[in-house]
This record gives sequence, structure tokens and C-alpha cells, in this order.
Amino acid sequence: MSSDNNNNNNIVNIEYNRVTNVTSTDFPGFSANSYDQSWDLQKFRDSLKVDISKLDEREANFDLIHIDTSIANAFRRIMISEVPCVAAEAVYFYNNTSVLQDEVLAHRIGLVPLKIDPDELQWCDDSLPENERYNDKNTIVLTLDVQCTRNPNAPKDCTDPNILYNNSNVYAKDLKFQPEGDQEEVFKNRPIVPCDPDILLCKLRPGQEISLRVHCILGIGSDHAKFSPVSTSSYRLMPHITILQPIKGESAKRFQKCFPSGVIGIDNKGCAFVQDSRKDTVSREVLRHQEFQDHVKLGRVRDHFIFNVESTGAMTPEEIFFKSVRILKNKADYLKNCPIAQ
Amino acid sequence: MTDIVTDHSHHHIKDESFDALMKPVYKGKGLTDEINTAEDKWNLLPAFLKVKGLVKQHLDSFNYFVDVDLKKIINANKVILSDVDPEFYLKYVDIRIGHRSNSSSQDKIVPPHQCRLRDMTYSAPIYVDVEYTRGRKIIMHKDVEIGKMPIMLRSNKCILNGQNETDMARLNECPLDPGGYFIVNGTEKVILVQEQLSKNRIIVEADDKKHIVQASVTSSTHERKSKTYVVTKHDKIYLKHNSISEEVPIVIVLKACGIISDLEIVQLVCGNDSTYQELFAVNFEEAAKYRIYTQRQALEFIGSKVKTIRRQKLTVLQEGIEAIATTVIAHLTAENLDFREKALYVALMTRRVVMAMNDPKMVDDRDYVGNKRLELAGQLMSLLFEDLFKKFNSDFKASIDKVLKKPNRATEYDALLSINIHSNNITSGLNRAISTGNWSLKRFKMERAGVTHVLSRLSYISALGMMTRISSQFEKSRKVSGPRALQPSQFGMLCTSDTPEGEACGLVKNLALMTHITSDDEEEPIKRLCYLLGIEDLSLIDSSSLHLHYGVYLNGTFIGITRFPIKFVSQFRKLRRSGKISEFISIYTNQHQNAVHIATDGGRICRPLIIVTNGESKVKAEHLLQLKNGQLQFDDFLKLGLVEYLDVNEENDSFIALYEKDISNEITHLEIEPFTVLGAVAGLIPYPHHNQSPRNTYQCAMGKQAIGAIAYNQFKRIDTLLYLMIYPQQPMVKTKTIELIDYDKLPAGQNATVAVMSYSGYDIEDALVINKSSIDRGFGRCETRRKTTCVLKRYPNHTQDIIGGMRVDENGKPIWQHAPLGPDGLGEVGMKVESGQVYINKSVPSNASDSVLSQQSSQYRETPVVYRAPEASHIDQVMMSVSDNDQALIKVLLRQNRRPELGDKFSSRHGQKGVCGIIVQQEDFPFNDQGVCPDIIMNPHGFPSRMTVGKMIELVSGKAGTLNGTLEYGTCFGGSKLEDMSKILVDHGYNYSGKDMLYSGVTGECLQAYIFFGPIYYQKLKHMVLDKMHARARGPRAVLTRQPTEGRSRDGGLRLGEMERDCVIAYGASQLLLERLMISSDAFQVDVCNACGLMGYGGWCTTCKSSENVIKMTIPYAAKLLFQELLSMNIAPRLKLDDVFSK
Repeated sequence: MSSDNNNNNNIVNIEYNRVTNVTSTDFPGFSANSYDQSWDLQKFRDSLKVDISKLDEREANFDLIHIDTSIANAFRRIMISEVPCVAAEAVYFYNNTSVLQDEVLAHRIGLVPLKIDPDELQWCDDSLPENERYNDKNTIVLTLDVQCTRNPNAPKDCTDPNILYNNSNVYAKDLKFQPEGDQEEVFKNRPIVPCDPDILLCKLRPGQEISLRVHCILGIGSDHAKFSPVSTSSYRLMPHITILQPIKGESAKRFQKCFPSGVIGIDNKGCAFVQDSRKDTVSREVLRHQEFQDHVKLGRVRDHFIFNVESTGAMTPEEIFFKSVRILKNKADYLKNCPIAQ
Repeated sequence: MTDIVTDHSHHHIKDESFDALMKPVYKGKGLTDEINTAEDKWNLLPAFLKVKGLVKQHLDSFNYFVDVDLKKIINANKVILSDVDPEFYLKYVDIRIGHRSNSSSQDKIVPPHQCRLRDMTYSAPIYVDVEYTRGRKIIMHKDVEIGKMPIMLRSNKCILNGQNETDMARLNECPLDPGGYFIVNGTEKVILVQEQLSKNRIIVEADDKKHIVQASVTSSTHERKSKTYVVTKHDKIYLKHNSISEEVPIVIVLKACGIISDLEIVQLVCGNDSTYQELFAVNFEEAAKYRIYTQRQALEFIGSKVKTIRRQKLTVLQEGIEAIATTVIAHLTAENLDFREKALYVALMTRRVVMAMNDPKMVDDRDYVGNKRLELAGQLMSLLFEDLFKKFNSDFKASIDKVLKKPNRATEYDALLSINIHSNNITSGLNRAISTGNWSLKRFKMERAGVTHVLSRLSYISALGMMTRISSQFEKSRKVSGPRALQPSQFGMLCTSDTPEGEACGLVKNLALMTHITSDDEEEPIKRLCYLLGIEDLSLIDSSSLHLHYGVYLNGTFIGITRFPIKFVSQFRKLRRSGKISEFISIYTNQHQNAVHIATDGGRICRPLIIVTNGESKVKAEHLLQLKNGQLQFDDFLKLGLVEYLDVNEENDSFIALYEKDISNEITHLEIEPFTVLGAVAGLIPYPHHNQSPRNTYQCAMGKQAIGAIAYNQFKRIDTLLYLMIYPQQPMVKTKTIELIDYDKLPAGQNATVAVMSYSGYDIEDALVINKSSIDRGFGRCETRRKTTCVLKRYPNHTQDIIGGMRVDENGKPIWQHAPLGPDGLGEVGMKVESGQVYINKSVPSNASDSVLSQQSSQYRETPVVYRAPEASHIDQVMMSVSDNDQALIKVLLRQNRRPELGDKFSSRHGQKGVCGIIVQQEDFPFNDQGVCPDIIMNPHGFPSRMTVGKMIELVSGKAGTLNGTLEYGTCFGGSKLEDMSKILVDHGYNYSGKDMLYSGVTGECLQAYIFFGPIYYQKLKHMVLDKMHARARGPRAVLTRQPTEGRSRDGGLRLGEMERDCVIAYGASQLLLERLMISSDAFQVDVCNACGLMGYGGWCTTCKSSENVIKMTIPYAAKLLFQELLSMNIAPRLKLDDVFSK
């Protein structure tokens, strides 16, 4: 409906069997058409918009508007793979008579997200031999010592292993922090615990025992997924629905049904209108219906990113996002100062 | 109905596992729900499997062998007499396996898992009761052990029989393990089902090129096997037999059998049919030519042709009588020299030949499944045991004779004392046959190799697939397509998809899901029943009326005629349906031959079908309701006459509806469930009816290579090599077969989120792109467990192998090589073993062959077991035990954890295999609106030519299932409907087609195409790069030729073969060729004497006794070797040396 040509150019077209106009051109120095499209810092500063719709301990949902895809994608990529985080790296077994093999148990412990502020640790030096590598500045030691025993008070006819035995399930919460050096002081206010205490690590039966020490160090997600601070961080483009011709009556109801509830409203004249395109999942169902052909145009706004950051719990999502910004900035600075750049 | 539903104690096997399926509420259907017979009749299938199980054929056959056949065998070889003492006799009264006469319970035998671990044989003693004479007294002796019988697991002699899940766990056994195999010397051995042409049946064949028509019958009795032919030669008919030197004109044979009148011969062979009479007439001239008119003349004629060698000479007449009575058509016995039965048999064979001469369509089809019989473990064991038992008896008799021969014995001889001497023969004979697979039977001159196979424990499916496998006797090398082709009569009996590719294609088959293989049934009562039902006895039939009515054949033998075949057959069936005779006896009418055939023999494949009468299925909703409530069992359906077993021949005489809607008035039976045309292995494929058929066959081969969970006791097993998956998942898209065979409890694969798109170019030729984060999080991880066995031998001079401790360096720490060892010299559990380290520090005495007297036993030579592999392993288990022969047995299990790497092989369930082509970071992977990244990216070029539409539907169903929180079904000819699945997708805000809009992970922009995106079940196959990678710069060389060794295991070189050589020659790179073929291989400096052309050494020619013309040159060592070998056979190759570039 919009006659503004410039505006239309900003829409990715969702067609029946393809997506067109996907490329983003909003980067410094680009100027394709006669009118000025070139990138300008002041213009960017004025137009950039951040809307936060949800922010809590584990999840953030915010809109990043009027930013180039490459920048938005860089944030996403950095959050997944380059924001440092602490995870178990070395597991030392003293005893493991459980059914899980040492390697498998170690792998499981490695994937447990830990509530440790990564800023409190230094990086480990991989070049050092293993016995010199870890110290109280770069390593957190966790212990896991569990023994399964029979519960003498269990009722006779009971078959539930949770009642029959003590410690029949080993959970992430059984990993206990063992302070080394001045760590007790440093982490006094922020106790070191797994983010999710009820992750099942292993099951035990009477007579079985696990005793091990875990060394947790700083790392990044591109090295191993366990170092990634996010479950995932991703974005989607803002859906954009254009009704080309009025849709009325029964047809409007059918039209409404092609979208998730709340996307399409019907006004008192029985005419369909776009109520909230943000709620659309872009299932393209409407494009299957012959009757709506040429009535509707689907699209997505190319520079409107609806970000979703799911933290594993070590850091808050905003902290992760800010870190990603800082890392991107550092990279840019590095490039600026890089001898090759000059 | 109540009296039928009384005792079901015999249905206890595998009860728990089927409980879920039999529960009142199952798959969202409660007791109160309406029962729809068309949909719910499939519940008969789990009921069938609950009673029968997947390997019931093996168990039934073994049970029949130990319970029935053994008694028959000792009855046939009952008495041992002495040649010396006519008073002496020993008689076998009874035989039992595993328990004594006074106790009803089984003896305590070493449980199967212990046998596996300790390399022992899982067997039970064979007890016999004997009656024999000692002097004048007759003595009864019970429970004499004559050997040990290997026991089939889960058979009724097995200690696992009837155990519940808890008991099984206590015995370290997996409750899902099907059993049906033997454990011999610690290895699990399966006796494969053998397919052969049916015995004692007439088969008519024609050779169009040679203008030959022949009817043949393979007679098989306990004593001998022989084949009799009635064959045409220049349109005349002859009888042919291996022990008769030439073909005998058929009229002479009939005359020898007592049919002297030519008229009667014509009546017996041709009946009233004038065309047949004309065709046959010429044979009378043939007999007349020999001037043979009487029975005596005929017998003498045949007698003169017999080529058997006997101890005492018989007259020609006696030979003739003997031949007719015993050698020709040996499975018929002629009592009191009454050859009438044989005469009829020969006449009928001749008639079949004449019919085929007249009409070429009257020949039989060898490949028709109804003409095949399956030989199972029990039958093979019985053949073997009878042979060994006869040998045992003759040895026993020889030793008795030896003692009785001695005059003036001081005490009365007790024959029982020498019975134990030979008992080892039976035990070791059985063990050897099962462990080597060589069945050599002296009686039948049978020599069969490869009867048994090691049970493949690669995955649960491979073990299961092996138990349902059928191997054909047909030669693999012959390039005939007939026996390999899919026979229409296989429908429902043998799996249509599961067969290997390559040379054994179509020869190795698999049983379908709902089949049963019959065991032998008594013939005699059936025969009497036939006469009661009005069959006219053959001895009373007038020859002239023989072919006027329908003949009745019992197991291929003519027993009489009936004037009312339809009435007879329906009465017979009524008796079978009411349970008066065994449900496995089949009866069918053959219209072409005017015959009613009844079969009671073993080895026929049959399957249950629902009976339909008057256009109505007998199984009604109320029955299915009672089945669900547990009031009815499958066997009750048989007893109530609602369901019956049909073998292939009877199936051909029936009109079977596939679905209830197809039932009309002519329909006689209704299929229980159409997906039972597939076997257990093919049943894993979701939507197989949408795939191109070879793809299903490929998946059947690959499903057996998939790594997954093997059994509940997998961590307790110590196998040579075991692959296990760390996090196996049950498939999102299941099939009913998957639930029935418990694949969902022991799965082999993971549900991977797949994006079908091209990515990076590392995905060409079916390669897969795998997400690194998925691997980090445990996708495709597996574990290998490898066994090393070590026996501490004892030597005759009282020395024995020992395990040494570890060697320590000056600091008291163990040296690097001994780091994994404990103080006992064995690797410690949990230690890491790297290449070059020792994990069993064994030493052998250096003087093992010395005599006992030299008491220097302290000399030992270290022979440690060293670990050699590119990757380190961990020690998982160390077992010390004592094997059968009292030697210490040490088994060490090494474990390796593997994450997927480049080149590891994966496959979906649709015959689409591919290797991992590249591992990509998660952030580079495309993602959808929800932020979901695929685990695997698959190239879309895999689809068009393969036409695996089933895989696409699996993806859509799987995606719908994940969104809906349900497991969807992809059962063959059924399963979740695509429309429903698409509906679910749309309801959850996805596109109906399963295609999503993705964002590129690299650029962050939307991809221009919609991507087919969703979960597909992927299997990791056992072929991993780590086991195959190999490179060599320098390394070991073969001793003889000094060329590099061959093969990865010997760190061998990579061969530049003939074809590669041709390329290099064609290119003209001669120096490269020289370098590859000589310098880097087996270059050798020789001293060649240019005078005599022979080789010398050290600059000296030994032939010329001079060093004048000796030239040093380099040749391949193999060439030098060739020259010397030629010299050794008096050929002198002389080298003439010259400059290439003459000056």
C-alpha cells in the first residue's frame, strides 16, 4: 500500500516458492541508485532503534531496527561462538564404578553450564604442560563424590529406586565448589553452582560410587559448544503483510485462519486488516489459497531484527549481548590498527 | 468360552515386553472405545508374536529334536548285540537331556553368560536308561551320561526358558535377546535355516532344448538318500537311478513291480485318455524288444543292471527284487514283497511325464515356495546326532567284543564300564560340527560346510536379522536368475526386501514377520482319518478306475482316491479348524492333477490368516475386545476356528482378501495385516511403500551395520569387537514392526535435524555437512570395545606362562611402556593405553620343551601384549578365569570413545548412505525463525535419482511429531497420513510442505530458496575412518621378495598396480616408474658377470672364477629371486649388459 519506493526496497519478498530481494546493501560506501543511500554515521545514530520486549535472567527478546544484516549477524555469531564462558575442561577420576564410562561422564559434566563470572578468571595457557597449566587464577575446581547406598527405612514392597536407595541419581547440584587460593574470598558473594541444579548426570545403584575432581577453565564456543554462553542466539526478520485488495466477509475469516491468531483482525465492516504482523510465523499458508492470490503480499523487513538470546545461565542475556558488542568493537579496533590495514 | 480361557501358563515367554502392546489402553485407544475390526485386527500380530516370538522356528525345531526326535533315534538304534557272545545284549530304553529320571527339574548347568565369558560350551548332559546283561543277569541302569548336548538358548532345555526380566538380569542376560543360537567355546553360533527342494515329492521338469521331460523324486529315509528319475529319451520313457547302471524302460519296471498286463499298465499310466495312450504306446515296443513279458524276467533284467557291491553275492533275481524293494523310490517300503504301492507310484510318475510331454505347461516350478522345505537347527542336529550315536554304538560294540573275546575272564563283564570311554566322541563331535560349521554325515555321504555362522552382534537388528535368515543350497557362482527372482508365492512368507546385494542376491532370504515353519507330524493317524472320511484305499482300487476320480496324496504318496474331493477337503478342514488334528497340516486340491494333497511334513512355511465364511470375517469386534482384555490369546483364535495357518500350497487354493472392504462371497480368508509381507529388518523403514524398491533392500543391508545399543547386557559382554552408540534414540517416526521387535528399546541411531540444501561444496556425492556443536553435544558419538584374550599355558615339564609385574625406573615409577599396568602385571581398569604400551605383561618359560628333570624353571622370556593403534584406548574390563581345560584365561577389554570425524559413514533409513564431508561451526549453519540449526545438511541431489519419497514423508511426519509432542508412525501400507502431518505443521505456524525460510549463518541474510527442514532418523554405520586410515613412508618388508608388505594390518605399502603402471607408461614418465617399482620398493645391488651373464658376489664371478667382467648394477630383488629360482630348475638366465647410449 505504501507508495514509497525506498520503503519497498527494504522488504524481503516472501513468494510462493522463493524469497527475493534478500541482499542487504546498507554498509559504508555503498550508493547504488541516483539518490543517496550512502552510509552515514549520524544518520545511523539517529535511525538505530532498540526495543526490548522481554528481558529476564535467562532470555532476552529485543528488536534491533535500522541496522545492516552483517552487523546484526556478527552479534549473533559472536554470542554463539566468541563470548568467553567457563566450563569443565579436565576431569580427574579417583573412582567411578557407575555404569557410565569415564569419558561419557566427563563429557556430560563438561556440558553442564556453570554459574561462574568469566571475568574473574584468566585464560589458561595451553602451551604449558598439564601439571603446570592450572592455578587458582584460571581454574575453578569442582568435586563430585557420591556413593549410592541402600535406604534402610524404605518400605518393603517399594520398587521406586528413588526411595529404595540413597543417591540413586547424581545431579549437577552434586558438583561442589572447592576453593583454591583466594577464590573463597573472590567468589564469596557469587557462589559457584551449576546454573541448572537438576541436570541428571548419572544413575547409581548400591555399591556404586563416583569420586572425581573437575577443572573448569575459560573458553570460547568455537572451541567447544560447552563454552558457549547461549543455548542459542538468533534473530528473525520482522514479518510484513500487505493487503493489496480488500478482503471481506467469509473470505476475510478464511484469510484470518491462514495466520496465527492475532495477526489479522477483522474490522466492523468485515474487512480484514493487519493487526500485528509481528505475531506472524510466516507459514505462507495464505499463498496456497487461490482466492487470496493478488490480494496479499508477504514480506519481511530487512533491517528489523527481532533478536532472541537464550542464556545458559552463566551470564544474563544483556551481559552476553554487550560482551558481543565489545568483542566486535575490539575486532574493529584490531583491524584498524592492524599493520596490513595501513 | 470359559473352558478355553483357563490355563495360559505356557504363554509366559516374553510376557513383559508385550504387556505394553496388550494393555487395555494402547495408542490412545481405551477399552471403551469402539472396536473397528478393519483397523484393530492388527492386534492379532502382537498376540501372534507373543506366543511365537521372532525365532520360534528355531526353538520349536530344537525342542522337537530334544523331546521327540532323540527318542526316535534311540528307538531306531535300540539294541547293541555282540558278535562274540550271543547271550549279550544292551538296550536303550529312554533318553533325556539335562535332567535325571528321578528329578523333574533340570540339572544345574553353567549359565550361558558365564559360558560366553569363559569360552565354554553351553551344554547339558545326555542321559540314557539302559538294560543289559551281565553274565546271566539282566540289569537296568538309569541315567548313564553318554555325552553333552549343546543347548539352544531359550529352548525348553535352556535355563532361561520361562524366566522373567528380573531373573534374566540376575543371569546377566538381556530379556530382549531372541535366543535360538548355541554357545560353543564361548562364541555364539547360529545354525542358519537351510532351504532345499522338498523330499519325497515328485517334481516334473522339462528341458526344451534337449527335448527331455523328467519326473524326479528324492527319497529320504533315516538310512539313505537317493534320487529316482522317470525320464524321456527319444520320446520313450525310462527309469533312472544312481545305483542302476543304465536306464530301464518304464514298462519293464512296471512289470517288475508286478503289473504284468499291458492293459493294466495303460490303465495305470494313461487312464482313458487317448492322447496319453498314444504317447505312451511306444514304450511297450521297447519292452517287447528285450523280450520281457513276465515279472521274473523283468526283475532279472533289472537285477543284471544293478551296480551295488555286496559281501555275499546274490542271484540276479534277488538283486532285482532287492532293487525294486529298497533302492527304487526308497521312501516307500514294500511289505511282504507287495510292490503294488511302488507300481502305482512309478505309474503316477510316468503319468506326470506323459502329461508334461503332451502339455509343456504341466511341469512343476522348482522355485515355487510350496515346493521348498526349510531345514532348521533341530533337523540338522538330529542328523548329526544320529550319525554320532551310531558311531558311538559301533565303537562301544567293538570294545565290548574285545573284552568278551578274551577267554576265562575272572569276573563277569559289566558293559557299562566301557560306555564312558566313548562319551567324549558325541560331545566333541557335536561341538566341532557347530563351531566349524562342517556337517559331515557318513550315512548320506553328506559334506556340507558353512552351516553355522557366528552370531553377528554388530547391532540388535543384525542379530535378529541373522535369526530369520534363510540360506539356499543353490550354488552362488551360477548365473541363473530363476532361483534368485522374487517369487509371487513368497508373499507373506519371505520378506520381499531383505536380501543381500551381489553374489548371494536372492539366494539368501529372510522370513517375513508372521511366519511359522512346521515340524514333522505323525502320518499314520492322518491316513486313518482319511480312510474314515471315505477315501478308497489304493489296494482296493481297480486299476481301470484309478484316474476317473481325484487321487489323495499324503506327503506326496498316493494313498487312495475320492469321488467327492470338495466334500472331503471341506470336512478335513473342518476337523483341523476344530482342533481335532494339528493346525499345521495342510490340505489343498490340485485341479490340474486331479489330486488332493495333504502335507504333514516339517519345514513348510506357513502363516496365519483370518477365516472368512459367507462373505464375513470370522473375527468379530467382540473377539478383538477380548483379545485386548487378555481374555483371549492367539492360540484361542486357532482353537475357536477364527484363524488358521495356511502353507504356500493351501494359500494357492484359497482366495485371500487384503482388506476387510474387499471381502466378497468367494473370499475364503482375510489378511491379518498387510505389512507382514516384510520381515523384521525391512520393518524398520518408515513409509517403505513410497520408496523405490532397491532402496529398501539397501537399507536392509545397512540397518545391520548401524551402531546402537546391542542388548541390555552390552556392558557385561566381552566380545571380540563391539560398537555401541553413547546416546541412541528411538526414531521419531516409528513403525508397528519397530515396536513389535523392540527396536525402540535397543535403537541404533539418532534423530538428526536435517536441512536438505547444498552447502560449501563439501557435500557432493552424498557427503554430509555436520554441525560441530551437535557433535560437541554428543551427536553420533560411539564407543568401540575390543577384546584381547590371553591364555596362560601349562607345559609338560611343569612350567607355565606367568604374568610379570611392572618394571620401574630409578625413581621407582613404572617405565612408560608399563604405565597402564598394575602391580599384578595386568592393565588396570580405567587406565589409558597408548600405542606401544603394554597391558598384559606375559612371560613364557624359555625352556618349555625341556624335560621335567632339569629344574631350571626360573628362565622366562617376556612376551608382553603391546597395544598398537593410531588412537589410545582405555581399559574397560579385565577378566581372569579358568577355561574348560583348566588353563588360566585372561580377557582384557579395551574401550575407545569416538566422536564423528571427517569420513565417518552415516545413513538414513532409506538406503541413503553418505560420509561426513565437512564439519562446520554452528554459527556458520543456517537457522530458522526459531533459531534452530540443523545437525546435518544433506545435498538435494540425493533425491531425484533415488526416488526415496519415504524419506521426505519421514521428515514431514517427524517434524509434525516434534511439534505435536507425539511419535508418528510410518508403518508400511499405513502410518500417519501426509495430509494430517501437513495440517499439524500449519497449525504450529509452519509451512505445509515442511519447507522453512532459513537465514544463512554466514551472511545473515535470508536464503533465496525455502529449505526442506526437519528431523530424519540417521544411523551411524560401523565404517569409521579411524579403523581404515593408513599411510606409510617406510616400513616392514616381506622376507622373501623384500618388497613392502601388503595391507593396513601389516603397515603395508600402497600398491602401484598394473593399471596405474599403464598410465605412467602411457604418459612416458619412465623415471617415475623406475622409482616406484624398484628404487622405493626392492632395489638390490647385484654383481653381474658380463662374460657368463650369471650373478656373482663381492665383485667375484664364481662361475668364471674371475673378477674381470663383473659389473655392479641395481635390479629389483624380485628379479634376482626369479633368476635364482630359474637356476634351481636348470634354466640359466644370462644377463647381457650393454650401454644404452653407445659411444
